[in-house]
Amino acid sequence: MTQNTHAPAPRTAPGPAAAPRGLVDVRRRPSSWTGLWFVLPFLAFYALFLLWPAVVGFGYTFTDRSLAGGDVSFVGLDNWTESLTDSAMYDSLWNTLWFTVLSVPVMVLLALGLALLTDHARRLGWFLRLSFFAPFVLPVTVMTLIWGWMYNPSLGLFNGTLGRFGIEGPEWLFSEDTAMFSVVVATAWWQVGFNYLLYLAAMQSIPKDVYEAAAIDGAGAWQRIGRITLPMLTRTTALIAVLQLIGSLRVFEQIYLMTSGGPNFATRTVIQYIYDSGFVGLRIGLASSMAYVFMVLIIAASIAQFRLFSRKEG
Amino acid sequence: MRRASRATHTPPPAGPGRRSFVAGALATAGLAAAGCAPPDTLISGDTRLRQWNLFAGGDGNRMVEMHDAYQAEHPQIDFRATTFTWGAPFYTKVAMGAAGGRGADIATVHISRLESLAPGRLLDPIDPALLAEFGIDDTVVLPNIWEKCFFDGQLYAIPIDTHVLIQYLNLDVCRQAGVLDADDRLVEVSGVDDYFDLLREIQGVTGEYGLSMDTWNPWSNFWALYRQQDGDLVFGEDDFEMDDDKALAAMDVMFRLSEEGLAPRHSRDADTAANLSNGHAGLMIHGNWEIPTLEATGIEFSATQFPAVFGNHRTRGDSHCYVFPHQRDRDPERTRAATEYAAWMLHHSLTWAGGGHIPAYQPVVESAEYDALHPQSEYREAAENVQFEPEAWFSGSAGRLQEEAAGALTTLHQGTQTPEQSLDQLKGTIRELLTVPSPV
Repeated sequence: MTQNTHAPAPRTAPGPAAAPRGLVDVRRRPSSWTGLWFVLPFLAFYALFLLWPAVVGFGYTFTDRSLAGGDVSFVGLDNWTESLTDSAMYDSLWNTLWFTVLSVPVMVLLALGLALLTDHARRLGWFLRLSFFAPFVLPVTVMTLIWGWMYNPSLGLFNGTLGRFGIEGPEWLFSEDTAMFSVVVATAWWQVGFNYLLYLAAMQSIPKDVYEAAAIDGAGAWQRIGRITLPMLTRTTALIAVLQLIGSLRVFEQIYLMTSGGPNFATRTVIQYIYDSGFVGLRIGLASSMAYVFMVLIIAASIAQFRLFSRKEG
Repeated sequence: MRRASRATHTPPPAGPGRRSFVAGALATAGLAAAGCAPPDTLISGDTRLRQWNLFAGGDGNRMVEMHDAYQAEHPQIDFRATTFTWGAPFYTKVAMGAAGGRGADIATVHISRLESLAPGRLLDPIDPALLAEFGIDDTVVLPNIWEKCFFDGQLYAIPIDTHVLIQYLNLDVCRQAGVLDADDRLVEVSGVDDYFDLLREIQGVTGEYGLSMDTWNPWSNFWALYRQQDGDLVFGEDDFEMDDDKALAAMDVMFRLSEEGLAPRHSRDADTAANLSNGHAGLMIHGNWEIPTLEATGIEFSATQFPAVFGNHRTRGDSHCYVFPHQRDRDPERTRAATEYAAWMLHHSLTWAGGGHIPAYQPVVESAEYDALHPQSEYREAAENVQFEPEAWFSGSAGRLQEEAAGALTTLHQGTQTPEQSLDQLKGTIRELLTVPSPV
C-alpha cells in the first residue's frame, strides 16, 4: 500500500533519477545475498543429489565397482574403452537417435498444428485445449497399458478395426520393422500436450493489433499465419525443439514398458542399455562410463541445435 | 525509496529470523530424509522383523494371507513385509541394502540368483542346527532342491517352493478335440511329431492356435526343450560348451510351432493366458503361477506337466527361497525370529500352494489337503523333473542371460531368423557375457 502511494513520485520527476541510481547499486548487493538464502535449500539438494553423484559417478568410471559391493580396484580407461568399442552400445545409440529423428519433427509440428487449430477455434477452444493436453497428465504406466492393448496384433483395437475392412494389420510393437514407429506414435499422443501448451501461450501473446493491421492491408488467413504467427514464434520453436531433442534422446520408460527393448533389441535405447549394464549386469563402473559418453553426446547435440536456431534468428 | 534507504543501514531485524527459518527447515528436511522415526520397537520391547519380497498378484495375495495368520500367532513380533517390483529392481535393492550392511532381516529370492548375490558377502549364512530346531532339515525337502541351497558347504537359503513351466488345458476345447480320457486327463503323447499332431487336432477345433505360449521371454521354454534332450551348458573360464545339435532341435520346435501357426507369433504377458481362456488355444505352456489368473476367468481348465516333446517331462524351473541379506550387526534374537518365521511359512505352505507353486516342504505335498487341490496335485512330480539353469553370475530368473537370450529366441517365433542364425546370436551373447569379469 505504502509503495503504491510513493510510486508516482519518481515517475513524475525523472530529473533526479541519477541520484537514486547510486542508492540502487548499493541496495542490490545485500538483496542478492538475501536471495541466496532462499535458493539455498534448492542449491543444497542440487549439490547433494545431482552434482555430488555426478562427480562420484565420474570417479566410478575408472573402477570395476559392482552393484553387489565387494572390493573395488582401479581399472584405468578399461570401462571407457569397453563403452566405446561395444557394438551393442552403438546399436542402442542408433535406436535412440532413430527415435529422436522420428519423434522430434512430429512432436514439434503436431504441437504447432494443434495450437493453430485451437487458436482459431472460437467456441470449441476450451474443449480442444482439454483434449490435446489431457493425455499429458497420464502416468506412463497407464499410457503404455492403454496403447499396449490397442497395439495387440490379435486382440487389439487397431487390428480389430482394420480386420473389419478385410485388412490384415501390421504387428505394431511385435515386429522389428514397426516397433519404433509404434512407440513414436504413442509417445506423440501422450507427450505432445506440453509443446502444444507452450505454442498456444506464445501465440496468444502475439499482439492482436498486428493481425488487425495486416487484415486491413488485405492479408488473408494463411498469409497472416505465414507472415506473422510463424515468424513471431521462432523463439518458442527454438525452445521447444531443444527441449524436445533432449527429451527424445533421454527416452526410456515408455519403451521399457511397451517393448522392454525388443523385439530382438530393435527398440533398446541407450538409457536402457546403461540400466541393463548397471542394474541387471551389476557393473556400475561400466554403466557410469556409458552414461558419461551419452551425456557428452546430449550436450553436443543441444549446443549444435541451439546454435543453429540462434543463427537463424540473428 | 524507503526500502532502499533502510537497506543501506543496519540489517533488518527480520534477517536472523529468516535464516533460522531456513536452517530449521533444512534440519527438518534432513531428519526426515534420514528416516529418524521414533524408536517404537525400543519402547514396546517387541522383536523387530523386516521381510522383503517380490510377490505381487496371486502370489502376493496368498503371502499377505499367510502373514496375517503369522502375525496373529506372533503378537510379540513387530513384523513388517515390503513388496518390491519383481525382477532387476528387486535384486538391485537387495544387493545394495546388503552391500551397505543394512539388508532386511529376511528376503525372498530365486534360488537361481543365489550366486549373483555373493553368498558370504551379501548374504549371511543360515544356521542349519537352528533351522532344524524349528523342524526344517534335509529330511523334509527334496534333495535336488536342498542341495541348491548350499554354497561353499554352507547353507544360504531356505527353499519355499518349486515353480516350473507346466501345460494348461482348456477343458472345453480339449473335449471337443477329443484329446481327453474319461477322467478329463490329456492323452499321453511323446515325441515331437506326436505332439505336433496333437496340436493340429486342437487347432482344428479352435480355428486359431493349438498351443498358447510366451514368445517374448522364450528362454525358459528353450531351456526345458534343451534339457529334455540332456543338453548341457557348461561355463568355463572364457569359453563354454553347448550341444549345437540339441540346441538346434529345441529351436526348431519353437520355430515350427509359430511358422505352422500352431502357436502365436506374438504373445506377451497377459496375452498368453488370454489366448487359452478365450478359446484361441486349447493348451498353454506357462508357469504354474498362472493358476490364480485362470481361476479368475472362470473357465474350466486343468494342468499337467510340461509336455514330453522329447520323450520326458523335464521342465525349466526355479525355487523361491528365503535368504538373510548381510547385516553389519546381526542381532541373534532377530535372526532367531527370522529362522522361526521361515519355518512357520514352510509349515503353512498349503496356502502358498493355492497360488500354483509346489511347496518345498514335503509333508504338505504329501498331505491329503494338497491331494484335494486341483489342478496343483496333477503336476506335483514336476518338482522332481525341474531343470535349474547352470550356475553363473549372469544366469537365473531376471538375470542377464535371460534378458539377452530373449532377443535371439524371439526371432524364432517371429520367423525373422532361422534356428541356425538364432543359435549363432545366442552363442555370441553367451560368449560376450563370459568375457565380462564377474562383478560378484
